[in-house]
Amino acid sequence: MSVAPTKMFGAAIKRREDPQLITGQGNYLDDIKLPGMVHAAVLRSPYGHAKILKIDTSRAQAAPGVVAVFTGADMMDINPLPCAWTAASGRVQNNINTPRALAVDVVRFVGDPVALVLAEDRYTARDALELIDVEYEPLDVVVDGRKAVEPGAPQLHENAPNNIVFEWDCGDKAKTDAAFAAAEVAVKEEIINQRLLPTPMETRGSIARYEPSTQEFTVWMTSQAPHVMRLLLTAFVFGIPESKLRCISPHVGGGFGQKIFCYNDMAFTMWAARKIGRPVKFVEDRSENFKYSTHGRDHITVAEICGTRDGKITGLRADTIANLGAYISTIAPGIPTTLYGRILSGVYKIPAAYCRVRGVYTNTAMVDAYRGAGRPEASYLIERMIDRFAAEIGMDPAEVRRKNFIQPEDFPYDNGLGLLPYDSGNYEPALDKALATIGYKDFRKEQEEARKQGRYLGVGISSYVEICGVAPSAWIGLPGEGWGAGLWESANVRVHLTGQVVVTTGSLPHGQGLETTFAQLVADELGVPYENVLVEHSDTAGTPFGYGTYGSRSAAVGGTAIHKSVTKIKEKAKKLAAHMLEANPDDMVYEDGKVYVKGSPDRSKTLAEIALQASVAYSLPEGMEPFLDETTYYDPPNCTFPFGTHIAIVEVDIETGRVDLLRYVAVDDCGPQINPLIVQGQIHGGITQGVAQALYEQAVYDENGQLLSGTLMDYAVPTAAQVPHYELDHTVTPSPVNPMGVKGAGEAGTIGSAQAVMNAIIDALSPFGVKHMQMPATPERVWRAIHSSNNHN
Amino acid sequence: MTKITVKVNGKEYTSEVEGRTLLVHFLRDQLGLTGTHIGCDTSQCGACVVVMNGDSVKSCTVLAVQANGAEIKTVEGLAEDGKLHPLQEGFWERHGLQCGFCTPGMLMSAYDLLQKNPNPSEEEIRHGLEGNLCRCTGYENIVRAVQYAAAKMRNEEPAPIGAKEQVVESVGS
Repeated sequence: MSVAPTKMFGAAIKRREDPQLITGQGNYLDDIKLPGMVHAAVLRSPYGHAKILKIDTSRAQAAPGVVAVFTGADMMDINPLPCAWTAASGRVQNNINTPRALAVDVVRFVGDPVALVLAEDRYTARDALELIDVEYEPLDVVVDGRKAVEPGAPQLHENAPNNIVFEWDCGDKAKTDAAFAAAEVAVKEEIINQRLLPTPMETRGSIARYEPSTQEFTVWMTSQAPHVMRLLLTAFVFGIPESKLRCISPHVGGGFGQKIFCYNDMAFTMWAARKIGRPVKFVEDRSENFKYSTHGRDHITVAEICGTRDGKITGLRADTIANLGAYISTIAPGIPTTLYGRILSGVYKIPAAYCRVRGVYTNTAMVDAYRGAGRPEASYLIERMIDRFAAEIGMDPAEVRRKNFIQPEDFPYDNGLGLLPYDSGNYEPALDKALATIGYKDFRKEQEEARKQGRYLGVGISSYVEICGVAPSAWIGLPGEGWGAGLWESANVRVHLTGQVVVTTGSLPHGQGLETTFAQLVADELGVPYENVLVEHSDTAGTPFGYGTYGSRSAAVGGTAIHKSVTKIKEKAKKLAAHMLEANPDDMVYEDGKVYVKGSPDRSKTLAEIALQASVAYSLPEGMEPFLDETTYYDPPNCTFPFGTHIAIVEVDIETGRVDLLRYVAVDDCGPQINPLIVQGQIHGGITQGVAQALYEQAVYDENGQLLSGTLMDYAVPTAAQVPHYELDHTVTPSPVNPMGVKGAGEAGTIGSAQAVMNAIIDALSPFGVKHMQMPATPERVWRAIHSSNNHN
Repeated sequence: MTKITVKVNGKEYTSEVEGRTLLVHFLRDQLGLTGTHIGCDTSQCGACVVVMNGDSVKSCTVLAVQANGAEIKTVEGLAEDGKLHPLQEGFWERHGLQCGFCTPGMLMSAYDLLQKNPNPSEEEIRHGLEGNLCRCTGYENIVRAVQYAAAKMRNEEPAPIGAKEQVVESVGS
């Protein structure tokens, strides 16, 4: 049944973005064709580590249709790509090496770019790669983070002894050591969070155009942060005025973090377009996306948890090696530090916690933020260890969680790990709701019955908290967590002469439906029809500087910037209406798109009437500027901390090791939902990426540095038939951080899910004495776990 | 170069193509029909699915010369006389897309599925779409979108979404 909502905030309306996308009228990067455009193809290293002795491009250059061939030596007039988050906060040793547009002298992973071919069409460009002769001297390779720090390991960079990028810690080491020394029970486990390939369905790419008469570049890019790219490419890579580059993100086919960063193709398409005087297009194919664009996760951790026999957790300790790949990507060091260690204790009141992280170089692709970025690694670790602890003391894992939850009255809560205080939370209702929906008590009986029949069912709980709305600049920036700038967000709101409202924002969608969500928010606040609100974004020409969309920050930070601009518009509208009505400005009320005099609602002006007067400016109050036009740069006072409980039920076939995910319940709390339809979509997709990590996906390098999971044939992104129906519910705990109380929902699903599935599998296998298993739980790994355990007959 | 004649979305095109030109590149680069996408190079992702002579095919795995004389339907040909196809309507109503990149291929695979099985179960829909990857939706709302379209195409009222996930429809369309 159709119900017309009276309020747009909270209405599950369908998206305004869709008509274009469902009719094939989208405009993605590869759909763009410019006059005179040439196509770029990249020759990549087949070796994991090698010296480049000689590159002969002469045969390629002579091939018909080839416009030019370049190597790294040609591009020495531009700088390496910058690292914008070194996580340098005093405790950190930093040996940052970032990639150049093309490799020079040494290649450090399979896929490292060696030469660039420009040709009249994509087929010719690809053909010409075969005509480039490169002489390599192979060097020793290390791909495993643990091995990289061992004595005698192959060294990737001269300035980084033992391949250490940084060593970082947080928490109280002495107090934690003391807690373990005094503990009744302690358990230790090696927890591996395997390397993943983010796999947006659209690969990455760039198209650069250069106008010699003005020396201006325009770059179309598959980017989640075009303003930041403009800053990095001009100020750091090219050393040109920022005004000489315009960056445009067209429709972007999914990002998941991979499209936040500054990539070499942005630099080489710009460099080459200037060099040859024609636009240059580069679009990765899928195997290039897997080989070169950033990967996610790849932590190896020794984790320890301790507590009392009656279920109270007293200490948590983790020692993590974060494999960052062969070079440092744009914000890589910040992910396994600030966004991981600082939230490691999760939803629990743990009196003593300590985390050490070493970031290391290996001969693999760069690792940076991937959906959740640090928080999935943290959440997986603590939730696996809680279950491990519960099993050790023989207590129900739901009870251990309940016993240790941070309580509602504890907020704002300081977890002692150097994070800003958790803003708000109420963890037990989400757990209770999830337990009730799954039918936890009945399931335990069913599980027992099934075991008697030789069927192995398991249930897994995950209660998570995460960090969204990142972040207050003073905390995240150089004096604090080492982010090389601020992290505020911008918004401009204008009411045009016709009453049409135009919003421009530094946030930008790549699937999140922000045009819809933001228009809902503005329509409500201003009291204008939703259809009258236009949302502009994604082009550095015409939008104020903004930091972009990632870290589930668009609603909490970008949305709040819009909210504040709207508030300013209303204030100005009240002043102008008072002038128009010859009333006292203090007596004016803004309601439903009208301003009226308190007590006499018939003495009113509509927003359209006020906007018209503001625009024509025939009669304005003394000192008032024309036009309703307000800009906000909103720097949040804190992050937001969404939370929830996810529960999975699995059945394991112990003969084959096959895992069937039978049910999945998710109760999430992201504060008030602006558009529940969109929030649900975000949760569905997020869960699927976490389920995929638990059951299917892993980026695998062999010992020579070859990426074995280099195509979608080998890297198991799940299909519709491999994931279940999701049962969603929610609780609502508003954030006190922003006026709307919103927290963010883009990554929650991924952060909450992998451990729910793994805990369920291990629960199913508990009769066999299986206590832990690494991801993904492939049939082979599950079968081996059963057969290597002591209790298997 | 080989001369081919192909009927795409009801319109006949005659072109010269290289023997190795892929159908997807022919559609995108020569005919300018960029609604059909490319998401991989190994025929896994299904972003390039079109319907050729009544069957869904991955157009990255068909040579343009193989399409000589064929009748092809792409996402651009799904809506007729300015009216959305029930599948397009379903994807919009049920939030069956986020970034939209897999959507054209997903729509065309679902089109083929519903031509052959007008009343599929949830399981049949999930298996019917196994050749198409989506990274955004977790497939939940894609299944609902196809169910919506299947009902519409049978002239039935699409089933409402479960109570907890009630959506308010038809605002702002």
